[in-house]
Order: sequence, then C-alpha cells, then structure tokens
Amino acid sequence: MALTTPDSGPLALPPGERTVENPLGLFARPRTKTGWRSWVSTVDHKKIGIMYGAAAMFFFLIGGIEALIIRLQLAAPDGKLVSADLYNQLFTMHGTTMVFLVVMPIGAAFMNYLIPLQVGARDVAFPRLNAFGFWSFLCGGIVLNSAWLLGGGADGGWFNYAPNNGVTYSPTHGIDFWNMGLLITGIASLTGAINLIVTCLNMRAPGMTLMKMPVFTWMGLVTQFLLLFAIPVLTAAQFLLMFDRLFNANFFRVESGADPLLWENLFWIFGHPEVYIMILPAFGVVSEVIPVFSRKPIFGYQFMVFSGIAIGFMGWGVWAHHMFVSGIGPISVAAFSVSTMFIAVPTGVKILNWLATMWGGKLRLTTAMLFAIGLVGMFTIGGLSGVTHAVAPSDTQQTDTYYIVAHFHYVLFGGAFLGFLGGMYFWWPKAFGYMLHEGFGKLHFWLILIGFNLTFGPMHILGLQGMPRRTYTYKDGYGFNFWNMVSTIGAFTIAASMLIFAFNILYSWRKAKAAKLSVPADPWDGRSLEWMVASPTPAHNFDEIPVVRTLDDFWHRKYGENEAGKLVRIAATEDVIQDGSNTDVHLPSPSYWPLVLAAGLPFIAWGLIFNLWLCVLGGAMVIAALYGWVMEPSVDDEAPHDHGDDHDGGDHGDDEAAAEIEDAEPSGEAEEALVD
Amino acid sequence: MTEIGLTPAEAQAAALEQASGARIAATEADGHITSTGLTNEKLGMWVFLGSECLLFGGLISTYLLYKHNNQAGGPLPHELYDIPFTSISSFVLLMSSLTMVLAVGAAARGDGPKLRTWLLTTALLGSVFISGQVYEFQSFVKEGMGFTTNSASSAFYTLTGFHGVHVTVGIIMLISVAVLSWRGRIPKERAESVEIVGLYWHFVDVVWIIIFTVVYLIK
Amino acid sequence: MSDTLTTDVTDEHTDHHPSDRHYVNIAIALALITGLEVGTYYLDLPSVALLIVLFVLMGIKFFLVASQFMHLKFDSAILSRIFYGGLFLAVIVYTVALSTFRLFNLF
Repeated sequence: MALTTPDSGPLALPPGERTVENPLGLFARPRTKTGWRSWVSTVDHKKIGIMYGAAAMFFFLIGGIEALIIRLQLAAPDGKLVSADLYNQLFTMHGTTMVFLVVMPIGAAFMNYLIPLQVGARDVAFPRLNAFGFWSFLCGGIVLNSAWLLGGGADGGWFNYAPNNGVTYSPTHGIDFWNMGLLITGIASLTGAINLIVTCLNMRAPGMTLMKMPVFTWMGLVTQFLLLFAIPVLTAAQFLLMFDRLFNANFFRVESGADPLLWENLFWIFGHPEVYIMILPAFGVVSEVIPVFSRKPIFGYQFMVFSGIAIGFMGWGVWAHHMFVSGIGPISVAAFSVSTMFIAVPTGVKILNWLATMWGGKLRLTTAMLFAIGLVGMFTIGGLSGVTHAVAPSDTQQTDTYYIVAHFHYVLFGGAFLGFLGGMYFWWPKAFGYMLHEGFGKLHFWLILIGFNLTFGPMHILGLQGMPRRTYTYKDGYGFNFWNMVSTIGAFTIAASMLIFAFNILYSWRKAKAAKLSVPADPWDGRSLEWMVASPTPAHNFDEIPVVRTLDDFWHRKYGENEAGKLVRIAATEDVIQDGSNTDVHLPSPSYWPLVLAAGLPFIAWGLIFNLWLCVLGGAMVIAALYGWVMEPSVDDEAPHDHGDDHDGGDHGDDEAAAEIEDAEPSGEAEEALVD
Repeated sequence: MTEIGLTPAEAQAAALEQASGARIAATEADGHITSTGLTNEKLGMWVFLGSECLLFGGLISTYLLYKHNNQAGGPLPHELYDIPFTSISSFVLLMSSLTMVLAVGAAARGDGPKLRTWLLTTALLGSVFISGQVYEFQSFVKEGMGFTTNSASSAFYTLTGFHGVHVTVGIIMLISVAVLSWRGRIPKERAESVEIVGLYWHFVDVVWIIIFTVVYLIK
Repeated sequence: MSDTLTTDVTDEHTDHHPSDRHYVNIAIALALITGLEVGTYYLDLPSVALLIVLFVLMGIKFFLVASQFMHLKFDSAILSRIFYGGLFLAVIVYTVALSTFRLFNLF
C-alpha cells in the first residue's frame, strides 16, 4: 500500500490543494497554505510569533492555577489544602513556568512577529531555525510539565540551589524534569537569539540605519544579545547538575567537598541578565504604544536606545546581589551593592522619557495605552523596592521574605506582563484582522490593576513584618492573617480579569466574523512600518520593500510640519499603505524538519531520566532531521508558483535608488551598537 | 512637506561611493543585499561562536575552581598529566587548523580535489587528536581517576569531554562537506560554506589553545 | 540556507586573501610558540612569572588563529566586535565569579 495522502479525514489536504503524487505521499514536502499542516510546517515568522503567544498563554493558565492553589493555601494560617512537599512543587513550578514558559515566550512572540516588519524585511534570517526554536520551546515546556504526571514537579525553587538540587536531598525526578525541560527551552532561546540578531543586523530595509530602527526593535536586539551570552552559562550549570544527578559527578556534592556556591554563581550570572531579558521587550512595547497614543514621537530616542544598551551591559555586573547572604564576603557584597544601585539609572531614564513623551501630548486612553501607563506606574514601584534591595544591609533583612516576592511581581507582572497585555491590544488588529472590544478591554485593565495591587501590595508589608518565602503555611498570631487573605482575594480578581480577556477575544472574533468586519491597515494612526501593511499582515509582509528615510518613516509619509511647526497631514493613509496585492513574492518554503528535530529532544530527555533506549530513538530523530534539513533547499523549487520568476526582485524598485546608507556611530562602547 | 533624509539622487551617489569601497556585497538567494555586506550564514556562525565563549568559560572556570579538590579521594588530574603526549596532540590539532585554511583556499579557487584532500586531512588530524584524548582518558582511569572519582576529575573530564564532542561534531561536518564536494555540490560559488565550517573548526582549536595552557601547563 | 554568492566575495577573497605560504608561516609560528609553552613546563620559574609567560604565549596563539586563520583581521569589524565582545564578557564575568571564591588569594 503506497503512503499517499488520503482524500478525507484529518490527514486530507484542504480543498483545492494539489494532490501529491509520491509513494511517500505523507512525507512529501508540505505546500499547503491553510489548515493544520500549514501551522505545523510553517516557517513564517508571523505564524511562529502567534504560536509562541498562544503557547505562552496556555502555560499562563497552568502557572496561574499553580498560583491560585498557593494563594488558597496561604489565605489563612495553618493551611491544610496542600502538604509542604506539594507546596514546594507548586511554587517551584509556578516560578519556572511563569519565567521560562510565559514571560519569555510572550516576548519572543512579539519580537518574532514585529522585528522583521519593523525593519522592513519579509522574514527572519533563518526561517526554519525560527520554526525549530518554537517547537523546541514547546517541547521543553512539555517536558517540564510532564513532571506533574510522572512523579511530581520540581521542588527546589525556580533557582534550584545546590546541594538541595542533588540526588541526596531531592531523590525524586522532579528536578531532572526541570533540568531537561529548561535545557531544551535554552536551545530554543539560543537559536532564536542568533536568528534575530542576524535579522536586525543584516536584513534592514534600504535606508534603515540602526539609529532609525524603532525602540521596540532596539530593545529586542539588546534582549537577543543578552540571551546569546546568558543562556550558555545556564546551560553549563545545567550540564553540571545533570552529570551530578545522573552520572554521580562531584560538582555540587558536599560529601565530595564541592562548593554549592558554584551553582549559585553560574545560575545568577544567567539569572540576572534573564530578568532584563524579560523586561526589555515589554519596555519596547510601551515605547511604541505611548508615542502613538500621545501623538508625539518618543522623547529622547537616542537616550532610550542607549539606556537599553546600558541596561544590557550593566546587567552583567550585578548578579551577586542575589547572593548577599550566601557568605561571599564583605568586599564582594559591597561591590555588587554599588553596581546594583547604579543600574537603576538607565531604567530611570526610560521612565522619565515615557512620562516626557506623554507630557503635552494629545492622549488617547485606549486599553493599550492604559496598560502601557500601568507598566510605567507598577514598574516604578517595583523598581523602588529594588533600590532598597540594592542596599546590602537592608537586603539582609528583606531577603527570603515576602518583600522580595512583592518586588519581583511588581516588576514582572506589573511591569512585563501588563506591558505585554497592552501590546496584545495594540497589535491584535495587525495580527488577526479584527479589533478587541475596547469596553471589555478597559474592564480587563481596571480589574487586573486592582487585583494585582491587592495581591502583591500587601506582600511588602508582610515581608517587612517577617513572613518568610517558600514556606507552606504560617501560624496564627503573627499578624499575617489579614493581608494574606487580601492577597488571595486579589489573586482571584486577577483570574477573573483574565477570564474577561479570554471572553473579549472570543466575543470580538465572533462579532467580526459574523459581521464580516475587517480592520484597516492603520487603525491607531501608527508610526512604524508594520502599520503600513494590510491587516492581518499578508504572508509576504510588504508588497514593495520600503525605502526608509527617517525614524518613524511611516508616520512621516502621512504627516509633515507646516511653517509654524504644526503637524499637518501630507498624504491620506490609504495612499501610503500597501494593500497586500503583490502575491508574486517567493517566500521560504514550509518544512517539517524543524518539528521533527525538536520532537526528538524530549525523547532524549525522558530517556536520560528513565531508559536509555528512548535516547536512541530521540537521537535517531535528531540525526535524521538534521540531515533532512540540511539536504532540503530552503526554497522549494517544485512548489506551485503564481507568476514567473522574481528572484531579481521586481519588488525592489526603490532599492537601486537608495541602497545602503549607514551613519557613523557616535561611540563605540556598546557591544550592540554595531554599524559600519 | 518636510523632507527628512536624502533625495534619491543623493542616495544613489552615496550607494555608488560605498559600493566602490572595500565593502563586500553579499547577495542572498532571493536577491536581497544584506545591510552589513556579510552573508546571514557567516554572521550567524560568528554570533554562535560568541555565545560558545560563555559556555566554555563556565566549564573552564569550574575546572579552575576544583583543580586541587580531591577531597573525595583519588588522584588529581595534574598529578597524572603526560605533558609530552598532550603536547603532541595539541600540535596535531594546531596543524589541522592549517589544513583547514588550505581547504578554504582550495574551495575559493574551485579546486575540488584539493578541497577534498585538505578536508579529509583535517578530519584525519582531528581524529588523531580524539584518539589521543581517548587514550589519555583511558590511562587516567587505569591510574585511578575516573569521571566520578572527585570534583577535580569530574571537572576535568567534563571540560575536555565537551571539547572532544565539539571536535567530533566538527569531524562529521568536515566529512559531510567532503562528500558533498565529491557529489559536485560545492562549486566555487558555494565556497563560503567551507569557510563557515572552517570557522567552527578554528574555534574548536582556539578553545584547545586555552585549555592546553590553563588546564595542563599551569600548575 | 542561502546558497548564492556574487563573485564579488571570492574576488575580494583572492584579492587580499593571504597565500597558502602565509598560512604555513603562521602554522610554523604556532608550532614554535607551542614548543616554548611546553618548555616552560620543565623550567622552574616563580609562579607569577610562569603565569604571565604562559598567558602571553597563549594569547598570541589565540589571536594568531582568530585574526589570521579565522580571517577576523580582514573581515568586517562587526564580527570582531561580536566575537571579542563575547570573549571579553566571559573573561570578566568568570574572573569576578572566581574571585568571590577567593581563588586568587587577593583578599
């Protein structure tokens, strides 16, 4: 029986697609543009970005449920909902999931979707590698969470300190799942970093110098460099841990005279840049949203760029502020205390610039704008508590209390997550072709803002009153009862607000479908290049690659200034946008190999934990996929093609007129400020 | 209307001036000129090598921390080193970088037979290096220093093992490219793919330059 | 992966592409330096001097391979910045980390 593609059932091709005549029909190179196959084999950065976002929201659900159980346990003293052991698993998995499987991939979603559009490219530098990145992230997340089904979650805290992370003190497999899962997601992050760095440096539209890139793209570039250099450090630490746990090595075994601080150092050398990896994309989002809804350009573009670069640099010099009470000695403590105080400066610059952008602007308080302002406010609060941590003597009191929990939730939830929610409302029409309902959006915003502050605000107080972190319950009579209850109520308020968000999506989608509504290319009167193309974005992005003459080039095609310096319209939006009609563009072809390669990795992971024969299976998948990938041309010449050959780029009309013009970079200090 | 930036004529003049400079114009398959003049693949490989510095740095640091630590018993690595033997291995790997560079030169000239000769010689030298490592490890084990013996030994084997795996992957790549060349898939126009494999190979050599000094020679 | 290059690249390459002879000379230099390094193992230098000598020799070999064999000296500055940037970051960060272990007996 030949393995041909069947005509009906889930494996059938969508109607209208050419049947594939091939004895290995099921394994032929995919060509469909619709249906589940087109998602599974896609190499399109936009689809990949959407998948990152969807997967992240799914993991948010898991991490959120873990959080709600924690809050139920802590709502009252002597909680009996969960055991101490299960509680350890819950907070570990909650933290690990939220950091690695929610905030980072949402950032990746935005960066993957927007960076090629914002620099005027058709896709990223390595489209199949991009797909591989997504699938391996998903596989890593699955491996991590498979712990719940296979013996219990990791229970050593998201930072997983030695020697507790060793077999002596953590004999169950939970930590092995943590290790393997995050090794796999680390591969995803690293390949994504290589991809986006090359994209930003190499694939900008003609005329787009580095200092004409939008702030979001700049923050994305800095983030990718941070990932590039930080992930390998975590990878090294994780291999050492794996060798200890699986092969009896002696990296962290106290019995062998090993030093547990080795883990702490390696982890936090990664861990501190990691928090900037999480926040910088959200800073980028907000730097796009605020100018649009203030009808003003970002205040101090160069300062925004350079402060982002500065944060990237300085983030490497502060990691041991997570180790103030680990016994590193007074000189190290003092040095890292000072460096940590300094890092508040570039962040402060950003806050001031956002405020200055809004000052005197014509504000439109859309949902996206509310969320952006929310980030500015909440991150400032979190940043202020952060400054108090920098002062090592006071941190000695604060560390391992709820005061720290308050701090990082203010910067990560109030900062990154609120910023990303704003970004979703902002770019939703561009990605999906319909607007989210503003009324429900505002309800979502206010409810989540209130819920968030109810949840984490009291934790400042609880922490300073002495309530320790990572403890499954507390006794009556310490004065912790009231604020813990408030916090739990807040947590469920957050949950309710996210249900409203989910409802908003469903409602808006249905409404748009029923009324056959479509949304214009530029519903918000935007500034950057992604608003120049139709909504939803056409597969080929730009009909014609634009020639960029200035920062906010799209805005300046619509608006100029009259003699009095006032803003005047110089062209109608319809005349400036591209309608997506040029389907003559040859795009990189879809491929299954990235998925196959990624899918081999969990088998290696499970094999290392349970049975080495699984490693053989996984390894075979990996090797087969590698060769299949390398042998497969990036563009499928046999794929059906609409009109003739366009390799010389009929879409490059402007290119000859204005090729590469790069400014001289004012200073050479930044590793990321790379201009020839 | 406020004009910001260059007129098309100015832009064209600037572009011509630039093209006549030393910039390499690398063109991607779909006709795009890249912003830096480098191909995506070459830039991508260098970006990757930058990250590898952090990976090996972590493993080297771990070794430096533990090199005198045999609290769990057994010998320390530096008590067992056979410096003359390792010097020869190091020399072999260094020479493989030379043959690699000769391979890149042959590829650039479109000289298929020479390319394959030098590629396979590089792979052979790399294999000699790996054999030397294997022999060295076996003799250490015989002398009582295994992977799990103590912290120093774990660190030593992990660092040199990671390096060895990188070399092995490199050998596989070299042989693969040689096979592709034999099948006629590496003409002069595709010489850069050999260069990119070469970059990886040289990096692996450069890491060994560091390991040889820091791990073996410094007492 | 992209697989077409203009002939510009190979022309550029052969223009300032060092000859095979040049590379052989570099290889000889590397071999000699390795010999020197191995030689120090048998000398009884005070440890600080030994460290300095070995690091200098190692550094020379490193930069010879990177700038000549890997062509960094003749290629775009971006590549050098990215690679040496990563290297520099690694050296600084790990030196600081090791110093918190009081590895260098400075305090």
